[in-house]
Amino acid sequence: MSLAFRAIYARDLRLALRRRVEALLPVAFFIVAISLFPLGVGPEPQVLRQIGAGIVWVSALLASMLSVGSLYSGDHADGSLEQMLLSGQPGFVIAAAKAAAHWTVTGVPLVLAAPLIGLLLDLRGPALAALIFALLLGTPVLSLLGGLGAALTLGLRSAGVLLILVILPLTIPALIFGAGAVGAVDSGVSPSGHLSLLGALLILTGLGAPLATGFALRIALE
Amino acid sequence: MSASLRFTTFAAPARFYRLATALNPWLWASAIVLTVAGLYVGFFVAPTDATQGESYRIIFIHVPAAWMSMVIYLAMAFWAAVGWILNARMASMLAHALAPTGALFTFLALWTGAFWGKPTWGTWWVWDARLTSELILLFLYLGYIALAASIDDVVRGDKASALLAIVGVVNVPIIYFSVRWWNTLHQGATISLTAAPKMAQSMLLGMMLMTFAFWAYAFAAAFTRAQALALERERDTDWVRSLSRAGAAR
Repeated sequence: MSLAFRAIYARDLRLALRRRVEALLPVAFFIVAISLFPLGVGPEPQVLRQIGAGIVWVSALLASMLSVGSLYSGDHADGSLEQMLLSGQPGFVIAAAKAAAHWTVTGVPLVLAAPLIGLLLDLRGPALAALIFALLLGTPVLSLLGGLGAALTLGLRSAGVLLILVILPLTIPALIFGAGAVGAVDSGVSPSGHLSLLGALLILTGLGAPLATGFALRIALE
Repeated sequence: MSASLRFTTFAAPARFYRLATALNPWLWASAIVLTVAGLYVGFFVAPTDATQGESYRIIFIHVPAAWMSMVIYLAMAFWAAVGWILNARMASMLAHALAPTGALFTFLALWTGAFWGKPTWGTWWVWDARLTSELILLFLYLGYIALAASIDDVVRGDKASALLAIVGVVNVPIIYFSVRWWNTLHQGATISLTAAPKMAQSMLLGMMLMTFAFWAYAFAAAFTRAQALALERERDTDWVRSLSRAGAAR
């Protein structure tokens, strides 16, 4: 079981390494989307500091949802997804490995880009630290939920938009606690409450989402 | 119809169709009668509210609609799960039939809430925890409807949308509490519906009548839609053929 997990995870990372530009598209989208906001709402540092965490989180949500659509579609098209499911491995192992690979390829760069974003939006010191921790805990949730959406909409004509419509409402708690952690620092409260809840959310999603994704994959390939 | 009724009796689309045909006139009639009675009591009999004046009367539509929006989501998820786990075709069809009615009630609750909010709070919309979670409930309904409509394969569509409905039910409490907490952090509990004064007897009567009216409407609309779905999906079966022959002969 853990062998299958490692094999699928390593395979997805290797595939991502072979298409480096493609793998970096989500983080490029993330940075471009965020830098549009100051142009739209004005460059006043105070305003940016206030809405910065929200902007970062919404952009991270969209970057994850846009990139997760291709998580299964390539493997579905060339038949390897079917082989993985036929191999007798439980669906949740495949789903967990795929989500972990997606997070490593797209989630980690988002976290690493956060200090740079902090410069753009005038987030400093403890607020930036809270943002980075929140992203570290929250982006796996996005990858896990996005994986579920990708499995549900696998092979459908309008899969991309549909995935966003179906999964975004489910990601609202991550958005609230993630942006809330930074807001707590701004108002002089410890962000640990928000971060703990985000961690609880991660555990719950980590236990539930791969199971549901495994079912969804079998439903899609029946 | 056979003499012995079992839990599974109406799982067969043909029998469900006959049951719905028998019940629907009564359901539609009671929905109309109860709505007229409820609106009459609400608009003409119930006294004017001491603090809110006449504008409070929208609650006779608003509150039952909000209740229905939540009950129908649970019912939809329940029947979707039954349809998936027990492979009951009719249960899946019923789940699909419930979704538009649920979305309609959710929209109605939001819309009437805005009408109530304008004279009472002075604004069409506030990001209050209840309003926000009702809006998210509408998004969940729309996601379910969109997913079910996008999958051409009937079996896959039923199962995938059932899975989404179940995931949605698990998430609803999480979403509700996170929104509530977010709300209290951001603006504090400015407006509370729970602190409403005691209701006059006629107000309660009007509310109850409207609630039963909406229940009857929900059943009637869902049954009618489920009938149409059953006819469409089972068009190659004998019972639909004999039905259409009987209709043509009439």
